[in-house]
Amino acid sequence: MSDITLNAAAKVAEAAPRSAPITQIGFVGWLRANLFSGWLSTAVTLLLAYLIVRWAIGFVDWAFVNAVWSVPNNQTQACRDLRGTGACWAVVTEKHRFILFGTYPYDQHWRPALCIALFVGLYIVSAMRRFWRKELALIWVAVLAVIGVLMWGGVLGMPYVPQERWGGLVITLILATFGLALAFPLAILVALGRRSQLPAIKAICVLYVELIRGVPLISLLFMASVMFPLFLPEGMNIDKLLRAQLAIILFAGAYLAEVVRGGLQSLSKGQYEAADALGLSYWQKTGFIILPQALRLVIPPLVNTFIGFFKDTSLVLIIGIFDLLTAGKTAIIEPAWQGFGIEVYLTVGAIYFIFCFAMSKYSQGLEAELNRHRRH
Amino acid sequence: MSETLDHIASAARTDAPPAIMLDKVNKWFGALHVLRDVSLNVALGERVVVCGPSGSGKSTMIRCINRLETHQEGLIKVNGIELSDDLKALDDIRREVGMVFQSFNLFPHLTILENCTLAPIWVRRMPKKEAEELAMEYLTRVRIPEQAKKYPGQLSGGQQQRVAIARALCMKPKIMLFDEPTSALDPEMIKEVLDTMVSLAETGMTMICVTHEMGFARQVADRVVFMDRGEIVEVGAPTQLFENPQTERLKTFLSQILRGH
Repeated sequence: MSDITLNAAAKVAEAAPRSAPITQIGFVGWLRANLFSGWLSTAVTLLLAYLIVRWAIGFVDWAFVNAVWSVPNNQTQACRDLRGTGACWAVVTEKHRFILFGTYPYDQHWRPALCIALFVGLYIVSAMRRFWRKELALIWVAVLAVIGVLMWGGVLGMPYVPQERWGGLVITLILATFGLALAFPLAILVALGRRSQLPAIKAICVLYVELIRGVPLISLLFMASVMFPLFLPEGMNIDKLLRAQLAIILFAGAYLAEVVRGGLQSLSKGQYEAADALGLSYWQKTGFIILPQALRLVIPPLVNTFIGFFKDTSLVLIIGIFDLLTAGKTAIIEPAWQGFGIEVYLTVGAIYFIFCFAMSKYSQGLEAELNRHRRH
Repeated sequence: MSETLDHIASAARTDAPPAIMLDKVNKWFGALHVLRDVSLNVALGERVVVCGPSGSGKSTMIRCINRLETHQEGLIKVNGIELSDDLKALDDIRREVGMVFQSFNLFPHLTILENCTLAPIWVRRMPKKEAEELAMEYLTRVRIPEQAKKYPGQLSGGQQQRVAIARALCMKPKIMLFDEPTSALDPEMIKEVLDTMVSLAETGMTMICVTHEMGFARQVADRVVFMDRGEIVEVGAPTQLFENPQTERLKTFLSQILRGH
């Protein structure tokens, strides 16, 4: 009996699958295949590894080990002595409130700070699918209204702050959030309009997209800031930020419309016909069948455009609006702080990166989740 | 109406107005004349199979009945309502006419259940719960209630086509149009869809079905319509048409079909 079992076991063991050699699989296998597959590849790997490590050590030295984090009373001599060997983060420590809030009255900085927090909160809530209900639109309206009240003030004991004094990160967030939140619905309507069977609507949408796409955003901003007021009646004045905002909405709308149109075109005719045959109206068909599928398909190019426009808001600096980048640039105009551009621009770049990278990461997750039905 | 087609009208089994009436319908795709003086009456409860070589206009004809295509001349009436540019009339017609497509055309982003309940809820204004019960009833009738929570992409072709039939039935149509419902299916799935259609025919549904399944035509059709080059060439009971074809064109077509099977 025991003999038989032993024999059987031995036989099974013989036939049992072996694992692949250690040099072919796992981390070692990966290294061999990708980094050390031949003498040339080994040489390149070692050279690049050397350069990366050297650069990383240099950066850590500069950014952390030798860095100056603060200086008393604008005494920047300590920083100047370190030129080239250590970062002068003191400029950021000293000027961070100017970079974030621009020329907003110093004692009122809590207001734009609260606005930034509200914006971020709004993004987070909107990103969660369980909050995707009709009420979310009301929350947006409410939060954006609160932000307006906080920024302008003039009520509830908050002193009035004219728009010319707003600046910094909050301007970037205002331009990007209002810009994309309004450009996106506009883009959907334009994309649908371009496919309309009514010639007039189609012509208007084509004209809009082609005209706006045909000029650079900068020229549109110039037009908004210089030419537009000339057409207004005497004494009427629309604030400069609002004009720039409108230019951004119109510009982003045209680009997003083309992205959305790409999604609409990728749907088969059968989807339209099936919806028609069931008796769905145009808006039911569009809202339940066409847009949900079309928008899912274009999440990557859509987010690409979103990210692009988030950064393009920095172009408003040419018409003298104080966004994040302009505030950073202005912070180092003061003689005491001249020459510390790298530190300031790195900081500003990091802020842009955080927002853009978050958008990118979120869209990847959303894409995977919303396109689950396509996996078989 | 030409004399040769008079027998079509008389084939109707009741005196009630026909469920579908086509009178001298003409249609062109550009310069191509795809429907030529097509006249056909279908009585309530009648099952009509339309066959013919590809490009003969059979799909175009049934697509004109719910205005997925517009005809340029002639008269089409569905349940006594004339098809025209009047959108209200079109809504009324589409509510009464269900359609099943060759390529299923299920909505891939909605579950099977949602596919079936969308139109009843939004077009018929049915409460959601009622619509879901109705959908489950029809999904049971096409024998796939257990798939209700899945997405179309997770189902086989035959199952998808049965869902498409259930989806159309959920609108409680009086007339069902089938546009080559089995042509996109693997051979082993054709039977399950045809079985579903046979059992639907047994309920007395008015059906017009474009298909090459001659066995199905023999089993359920009251009349078979043979089309070629945009014209109705022959109309008659299946046995009469298949065993005693009157025209060369039908003889050629039948021999090709038989050779193919």
